[in-house]
Amino acid sequence: MKRFAQLLELLALTPSRNRKLDALKTYFAETPDPDRGFALAILTGALTFKNVKPAVLRDVVTAEVDPHLFALSYDYVGDLGETIALIWPHHGQQEELPRLSDLIELLDTTAKGKLPALIASLLTRAAINERWALVKLATGALRIGLSARLAKTALADMSGKPVQEIEEIWHGLTIPYTELFAWLEDRGPRPDIAHEVRFHPMMLSNPIDETVDLQKLAPEDFAAEWKWDGIRVQLVLGQGPASLFSRTGDEIAAAFPDLVDNVFGEAVLDGELLVGHDFMPAPFNDLQQRLNRKIATAKHLADYPAFLRVYDMLFDGREDVRPLPWHERRQRLEAWFRRYPQTRLDLSEVLPFGDWPELAELRRRGAAEQGHEGVMLKLRTSPYVPGRPKGLWFKWKRDPNVVDAVLMYAQRGHGKRSSFYSDYTFGVWKGNELVPIGKAYFGFTDAELKQLDNWVRNHTIQSFGPVREVSKELVFEVAFDSAQVSGRHKSGVALRFPRINRIRWDKPASEAGTLEEMQVFLEAT
Amino acid sequence: MSFLDRNLRITPIDVWIDPTGPRERAIITHGHGDHARRGHGAVLATPDTIAIMKARYGEDCAGSFQALDYGTPLMVGDVEVTLFPAGHILGSAQVRLRYNGETIVDTGDYKRLVDPTAQPFELVRCDILVTEATFGLPVFQHPKPQDEMARLLKSVADNPARTHVIGCYALGKAQRVMSLLRAAGYDRPIYLHGAMVELTELYEDRGITLGPLELVLDASKKDLEGQIVIAPPGALKDRWSRRLADPVLAMASGWMSVKQRARQSGVELPLVISDHADWNELRETIAETGAGQVWVTHGREDALVYWCRQQGLGSIPLNIVGYDENGEGGE
Repeated sequence: MKRFAQLLELLALTPSRNRKLDALKTYFAETPDPDRGFALAILTGALTFKNVKPAVLRDVVTAEVDPHLFALSYDYVGDLGETIALIWPHHGQQEELPRLSDLIELLDTTAKGKLPALIASLLTRAAINERWALVKLATGALRIGLSARLAKTALADMSGKPVQEIEEIWHGLTIPYTELFAWLEDRGPRPDIAHEVRFHPMMLSNPIDETVDLQKLAPEDFAAEWKWDGIRVQLVLGQGPASLFSRTGDEIAAAFPDLVDNVFGEAVLDGELLVGHDFMPAPFNDLQQRLNRKIATAKHLADYPAFLRVYDMLFDGREDVRPLPWHERRQRLEAWFRRYPQTRLDLSEVLPFGDWPELAELRRRGAAEQGHEGVMLKLRTSPYVPGRPKGLWFKWKRDPNVVDAVLMYAQRGHGKRSSFYSDYTFGVWKGNELVPIGKAYFGFTDAELKQLDNWVRNHTIQSFGPVREVSKELVFEVAFDSAQVSGRHKSGVALRFPRINRIRWDKPASEAGTLEEMQVFLEAT
Repeated sequence: MSFLDRNLRITPIDVWIDPTGPRERAIITHGHGDHARRGHGAVLATPDTIAIMKARYGEDCAGSFQALDYGTPLMVGDVEVTLFPAGHILGSAQVRLRYNGETIVDTGDYKRLVDPTAQPFELVRCDILVTEATFGLPVFQHPKPQDEMARLLKSVADNPARTHVIGCYALGKAQRVMSLLRAAGYDRPIYLHGAMVELTELYEDRGITLGPLELVLDASKKDLEGQIVIAPPGALKDRWSRRLADPVLAMASGWMSVKQRARQSGVELPLVISDHADWNELRETIAETGAGQVWVTHGREDALVYWCRQQGLGSIPLNIVGYDENGEGGE
């Protein structure tokens, strides 16, 4: 437990991704089974207890601490687990807690009625850091800023196995992952898991370089589709319940019951998860309402029904069709749709075009009139290759919108950038006043960052904590994907994916854009 | 209600304790900026506190100074004033006031742990206790500073290519941390940010030895690998920090027990080292002074007032505006 508590603390406090990775690798390499497997389950959010719930812990504590004082403390600390760990008033002979696996077994097998006494005695025995880790583990809310993906990446780095291979089988594995570790350490075969829970790493595209690629590529070799503005998912249909995986192999079916409970047939499909009625995609903002939630509310299900726009097929029934060329997979997919009529799945249309200029025009109009993100190009002869193979799939994003905006505030960055003012809030003119329209922290080189940092320090007119207000003189050419109406910003406009395109050292602030000009972008999306 | 009012003015003699604005006559408990301000007429304080005020604000930061040693009663009009060590920083004092048979003690900021850089706290019995409550919540139970030092030295040993920079308030905390490092057997030079130098020299001049010290400014990045640097809390966010070798930001403060808070402020190595009493010390002290009334000056006063009332003590929050609200300065 001590080792795990140290790991957790390091993960919580180290800003550097590489150091987190190193710490994870070392921990997994040096910790025996089954402890490391349980740790992996905790870190990836896979471990839950039947009876140990936050409310139980709270009751244990308020039996020992005045509830009003507890409430004041919780209010101050802001994190239930941390409050409990810090406020526990009894400090026993600090003896080491049981090893992780024993501890979890203890928490899992102790009868409900005896849990409070067990938890109280563990809290008393534990040293402060172990107490913190214990409470985090028991409440299941780590809040240490670690993604499951990073834990899997650490396993991959440790073993030399590709992370995709780990993601592929991840959802079929069971805690404490002894088979997985055996395979990672070349002591056993790759765990064999059921087809229905297997994630198949996705094929990704490369951005097209208009000046180079379009010269070389023959239009007739490629199929074009719209680039949809949703999230990429994989739907696995088989005998049991359907699985829905995000791009990184996270299982998100629980949040989309309206989709996964209403699909038919057997296949593994690749497509874009969207929301909207009658297969009319709603803006990404609406989809966002349903993302990052564990379950969907009735209102969300009614207002933002989910559907899947399918563009590829990896398995037809149980047959792996990934080695087939795209055009054959497409035929299989269309035939499959005829066999299994669907209410929540539809096909992504293939766009007919003769040559590149014609497609360029289609792409421009699709963006302007329907808000499409651009077009996808797929080599008709290409098999389905996991990863990001070169020359097979291309994304041709719409041209970014640009606006000249004035730097208003700068904030210090994090980690390596913590001594640099690297996060910039910029605005456009509304009459004589500047109103903020967005914030960006990339798009410039390191050399430019140094220059900007200097400029900010020399043009500060006011400081608020880490934020400096600067004199309104410097113009950025800001590129962005789209603009949306926003109630949060004073300007009423929010930019999607803004970045600094160019620093216009030359341009006077008075010639920057206006809020009226921004209206055009709003209408277009 | 009493001869001391709720703004800490001693009414029969018109003398203020740690006033937040300029006053004719003031008693200053210790040298931190939220308690010792410039511009008073006459200041009464310990010799160390007077030296600190002069060093920070200049010789003429008050109209006149009167030094009062610990434990020496002084009659000011009809009020007897005695200063006792508070253990917070060098020269820090509690103020005992006696008038008409009533005894009041204002603790100022205090701690009860042994600290070679401050005169050790003495318990003073009284009828009314005016106490601080910087860490007046039951979540604040400070660990042993020796354990925190051990964590720091382990991190230094584990990261030989990185500079550990410890964010510290320049008065008190910085010297305490150096002293703790020496007590833990760390005998390499400790590197100082320029802002630390003057007060550290003052401590040394007054007999606190802190071992070999160097200036960061005189060192190269290479020199600083594996070394410990003491700097003001904000310095890492300054361009100054770019001279450090892949720094580990450590922060020495009682607030560092809250990990979410450390995390939000980008602290990689939080060191829970406090110069204030924690929740348990605050309560013990209140009980041991025998006070029947407890006034709480600043900090998380709600919880401490609530607790006092539960014990059957009369208790009020003073809500003095101007003492460091979240204690970041004094800590």
